[in-house]
Amino acid sequence: MMLLSAQNLDYAYAAGPLAVRRVSLTAPPGTMTTVIGANGSGKSTLIRLLAGLLKPQAGTILLDGTRLADWQPRLRARHVAYVPQSTATAFPFTVMELVLSGRTPHTSRFRFENQHDQQQAQHALEMTGAAHLAQRPFISLSGGERQMVILARALAQEPRLLLLDEPSSSLDLNHRAALLRTLLNLRRTKQLSVIMITHDLQFTAAFDQVIALRCGEVTATGTPDDVLRDQVLRDVYGDPHIHAQRIGDQTLVWTDL
Amino acid sequence: MRGRVLKALAILTLVLLVSIAIGLAVGSQRITPAQLFADSFSRALFFRLRLPRVLLGLVIGASLAISGGTLQALFRNPLADPFTLGVSGGGALGASIAIALGWSAQLAGVPLVFVAAFAGAMLAVSVVRLIARTGAVVMPGALLLSGVAVNLIAAAAVLTVEYLTDPSSALRILRWLTGSLDVVGLTPIRNMLLVLVPAWIGLLALSRQLNLLAIDEDTAATLGVNVRRCETIAHALCALIVGVTVSAGGAIGFVGLIVPHTVRMLFGEDLRIVLPGSLLLGAAFLILADALARTVLPSGELPVGAITGLLGGPAFLWLLRRRQQYSAL
Repeated sequence: MMLLSAQNLDYAYAAGPLAVRRVSLTAPPGTMTTVIGANGSGKSTLIRLLAGLLKPQAGTILLDGTRLADWQPRLRARHVAYVPQSTATAFPFTVMELVLSGRTPHTSRFRFENQHDQQQAQHALEMTGAAHLAQRPFISLSGGERQMVILARALAQEPRLLLLDEPSSSLDLNHRAALLRTLLNLRRTKQLSVIMITHDLQFTAAFDQVIALRCGEVTATGTPDDVLRDQVLRDVYGDPHIHAQRIGDQTLVWTDL
Repeated sequence: MRGRVLKALAILTLVLLVSIAIGLAVGSQRITPAQLFADSFSRALFFRLRLPRVLLGLVIGASLAISGGTLQALFRNPLADPFTLGVSGGGALGASIAIALGWSAQLAGVPLVFVAAFAGAMLAVSVVRLIARTGAVVMPGALLLSGVAVNLIAAAAVLTVEYLTDPSSALRILRWLTGSLDVVGLTPIRNMLLVLVPAWIGLLALSRQLNLLAIDEDTAATLGVNVRRCETIAHALCALIVGVTVSAGGAIGFVGLIVPHTVRMLFGEDLRIVLPGSLLLGAAFLILADALARTVLPSGELPVGAITGLLGGPAFLWLLRRRQQYSAL
């Protein structure tokens, strides 16, 4: 049984060309998928389609075998969490208030978050290494700290599928590795599935599946060993000087200046 | 969290009760409980004028404050308020037209002035929403500028209505526009409450979803909020509340700006505290502002709109100055 499957998705913004074209993908429970591609290749559009924030103009998305659009938003939110590229809030919410909002799909409509929700939020902050920020106003944090907090909110949601849009773009090397360890750990213990956009090719070898997009279309898909090859990457990024080399568990990717 | 809410509401209820006591006691003539029993003139003054006026202040203050808190969340803009967004202006235009047509006209049992003010407020909020929204983003600067433009257009249209109508209606519009809480008897207040109480309850019931919307629209959507539906309902409720309020008390400015921010500073950002808290504190604030308006001059009284404007304008500027704290501006 697939947790999520998408078939032949098309999406175009108003008066624009197709940003996503005939894209299909599947995410079985407990798998880690990464989406790579050049800037503007449709990665974020794809993940927003999967999160239900955009409606595909053609194609279908199934969550647990039911069309995504037919899910009640509140019930869907118990299964799927989304981490955007960046979040800015107009009001000085504290980090804890923000992470607690991730518990919304699990608390009934006219109740406040209880002790259990508090613990889940605290635990999520600890997992992302952001527990020390709990009482700070979110808008006073740096870009990297914000990413850790937004990830914590998504984890507090206890999803089965986590959709991440470049979650590590502002993180230092240490925190990038920590992020990946947290995700791998949740896959092992909770059967979490992950679909993650990244430009950070170093860690892609840790994923089960790599999907490469170019101009909105899937150009390559498969295991890291299938996709992380000189020829494939040169085609994906349109750069004839890219090299990829496997060193132990890691993949080193570089391009000539 | 639940404890925090109860504590906040208990404190604010106390503040409201004290304000009501002050509002009932002071005025052109001070009334003590003893006089109320002894003196029939004081009794008439109290029940025909003083009590209705305090109640009207309560109803209007509560309404403007809760709509301010809601509009700030809906537009993710700390400077949003019925006045700054032109919603009051739109309501005032609708009400002026109704007054020109005849104050006591009714439409299916509802005073025409309510219906017209609601329509005007709804039109204004729709225009502002349409202009400030480009794609998925509400542009904070465009929001306030379109509010200014809507206010100017509405003010010009009100002026036109005044010119076209007969002198007695024109005078009525002019008196009412300055924003005052002059009222005789309790019937008009009862009519307002029949509309306002359900609308207040509607907004309070949406407060959790509004809280998620105040954080971020995408976040709200992926946490299970039906964003379009929630926004549409909340806009309509705000327009209804502001329309009815404006038709009774004129355009009283800035209550919706000062009050929710005070509640935020005291009790935090969560809309589940800010909205009910604004309801209580807004009522207290306008009762006190009106008590001040009635007593500040040695003889006669100021319109309450002058007091809230003099307090609210600087508060607006202060918030603008502090905008570094608010990344969305």
